Amino acid sequence: MSVLVYINSNGEKIAKNAFEAVTYAKKLGEVTAVTNGKADDSMLAQLGKYGADKVLVDRSFEGIDEQQITKMVATAAEKVGANTIVFSNDLIGKAVAPRLSVKMNAGLVAGASGVPKEDGTVPVNVFSGKAFGFVKVNTDKKIIALLPNSIQVEETGGEASVEEFAGNAGDSRVKVKDTKLPEGDIPLPEAELVVSGGRGLKGPENWDLILDLAKELGAATACSRPVADSDWRPHHEHVGQTGVAIAPNLYIAAGISGAIQHLAGVNRSKVIVVINTDNEAPFFKAADYGVVGDAFEVLPKLTEAVKKFKASN
Amino acid sequence: MKILVCISKAPDTTTKISFTDGDTKFDESGVKYIVNPYDEWYALVRGLELKEAQGGSVTTVTVGTAEDEATIRKALAIGADDATRIDVKPEDASQVAAEIAHFAKEGGYDLVLLGKETIDYNGSQVGGMLAEHLDMPFISLAESLTIEGTTATLDKEIIGGVQTVEAELPLVVSCAKGMAEQRIPNMRGIMAARKKPLNVVPSSNAAKNTSFEKYALPAPKSAVKLIDPDNMDELVALLHNEAKVI
Ligand SMILES: Cc1cc2nc3c(=O)[nH]c(=O)nc-3n(C[C@H](O)[C@H](O)[C@H](O)COP(=O)(O)OP(=O)(O)OC[C@H]3O[C@@H](n4cnc5c(N)ncnc54)[C@H](O)[C@@H]3O)c2cc1C
Repeated sequence: MSVLVYINSNGEKIAKNAFEAVTYAKKLGEVTAVTNGKADDSMLAQLGKYGADKVLVDRSFEGIDEQQITKMVATAAEKVGANTIVFSNDLIGKAVAPRLSVKMNAGLVAGASGVPKEDGTVPVNVFSGKAFGFVKVNTDKKIIALLPNSIQVEETGGEASVEEFAGNAGDSRVKVKDTKLPEGDIPLPEAELVVSGGRGLKGPENWDLILDLAKELGAATACSRPVADSDWRPHHEHVGQTGVAIAPNLYIAAGISGAIQHLAGVNRSKVIVVINTDNEAPFFKAADYGVVGDAFEVLPKLTEAVKKFKASN
Repeated sequence: MKILVCISKAPDTTTKISFTDGDTKFDESGVKYIVNPYDEWYALVRGLELKEAQGGSVTTVTVGTAEDEATIRKALAIGADDATRIDVKPEDASQVAAEIAHFAKEGGYDLVLLGKETIDYNGSQVGGMLAEHLDMPFISLAESLTIEGTTATLDKEIIGGVQTVEAELPLVVSCAKGMAEQRIPNMRGIMAARKKPLNVVPSSNAAKNTSFEKYALPAPKSAVKLIDPDNMDELVALLHNEAKVI
C-alpha cells in the first residue's frame, strides 16, 4: 500500500516529530514523503533512515501556508496513488489535515496515539488525555495526524531518493509580515524535558529557581494557568486543559497543586516529578517521584545535583 | 461586519470521565455542560469587541440538540445578537463542519470565529474543514486579531514562536489564549438573552467520515515514590538509572 507523509522542512533541520510520522507511515505501507521549499537534497534524503523510499519536493514555494500545502499534498497523493496520508499533529498538521480531509473527502483521525489495531480502528487521545478513543474511518481514503511524542522513532536504514515535482500549490492568500522565534528557547510542544512552576513560587522574581534548573537540564519551561494569567510568565508557557498539552519524557512541577485542568495538559508525560510543601497536594497522585518540601530549598539543591551528575557523566 | 461564531458545548473541566454500553458511549449521566472555553472566552468575546468597535452583528451557530440550548443562551447573555442551532446530534468533526458550512454559505459572513479546539475531543478539526468548504483562508491558533477596512492582521502561534500575518476578509480564524479576556454575563445580559432569537434549522444530513467505536481509560498510575528533600542526588540517580529520562 502506498502511504504519503507530509514533512515540514522549512527550518534549519527536520524536527523529530517528522521522523515519528515517517516511522509511523512505514508501519502502514510503502512511504513517500512530500515537502516544499529550499531544504537541500542531503537533508531530505535522511528521511530514508526512518523508512521513506522517496521524497517529493516542490521547490516553487516556501513556507507553511495551509492552503498551498493542502493543494500540494493532494497533488502528491494523486501522483503516487496514496489512499492513506500521515501528518504530525503539530501546529501545521492541525491547520492542514482538516482542510485536506475535505478536499479529498478522506476521514481524518486527529491526534492518533498509536498504530491501527487489528480491526482497523486507530487509538486517539480524548477528554484532554483522560481517556482513549478508537476511531473508525468510514471513507476509502484516510488521513492520520499523529500526536507528537507518542511513538518511538525507528531507524530502518536506507537513503531516500529526492525528486522535484510540481505540487500545483497556487498562490498564498495570507501575507506573512513578521516571524518571531525567541532565540535559545526550546519550543514547549517539542520539548523532551520540562520544568514548570506554579503559584507556590510566590512571584515572578523567584523564577530563576525554575530557569536555573531548566538551563542545567536543557529543559523548556512551563507554568500553571494562574501564573500566566498574572503575567508572571508569558502565556505560551501555560500548560493544561486551556493551555498547551504536552507529552515530554520528564515533567518537573514545583509549587503546582495539580488541579484536574492542569493535569489534563501534562498527563501524557512519561515521568512526573512533583515538588510541593503540602503532602496532600493532588499532584502527588499523578506523580512518579515526589518531594514533600519547600521549592525554594529543593529546587537549588536539585539544580546542584544535576550539575554534579552532568559533570561526572 | 457580519461575524459568525461557532459555539460548542463541552463537559465541565472537573468531569470524571467514564463510559457505558460496553465502553462504546461517553457516560453523560450527571455531566454538567459548559460552553467550550475556547469558543466562549476567546472567539465569542473577540467577535463582540470587534462589533462594539466597528459595528455589525455577531451570530452564533451550534450543531446540536435541544439539550444544548442552555449553553447557547449563555452565549447570547454574553452579548451575541442572535443564535442558530442546527438540529442534529454532533458525532464527528466532518459532519459538524459540513453542517456549519451549509448554513454559513447563505449568510455572507465576513469573519468566522471558533475556539482552537473543544476540551473534550481536542480535535482542532472543524475550523480547517470549514475553511476548505467555504474556500476561505484559515488562520489557526490566533492570539490577536484586528481589522482595518477589509484587511485582517493577526498574530498566530507557530512552532517555537509567533507570526504576524495579514489576509483579506472573509476568513476563518481559530482563537487561542491572548485573543480576549473572559466576560461574565451580567443580569441584564441574562434577561436580554431570553428575548433574543434562537433559530432552529434542520440538518443538511451531512455524512460522518469517522466514528468512535470504543473508549478506554488509561491504566492507573502506580504509587508515587517519595524522596527526601535533602537527598536530591538520589532523585537525579533515579531519573537516570530507573526512569532513564536524563
Ligand atoms: C475552566 C477552567 C480551565 C482551567 N484550565 C487550566 C489550565 O489549562 N491549566 C492550569 O494550570 N490550570 C487551569 N485551571 C485552573 C486550575 O483549576 C487551578 O486553579 C490552577 O491549576 C492552580 O494553579 P497552581 O497549582 O499554580 O496554584 P495553587 O492551586 O494555588 O497551588 C499552589 C501550590 O503550591 C504549593 N506551595 C505553596 N508554597 C510552596 C513552596 N514554598 N514550595 C512548594 N510548594 C508550595 C501549595 O501547597 C499548592 O499546592 C482551569 C480552571 C478552570 C475552571
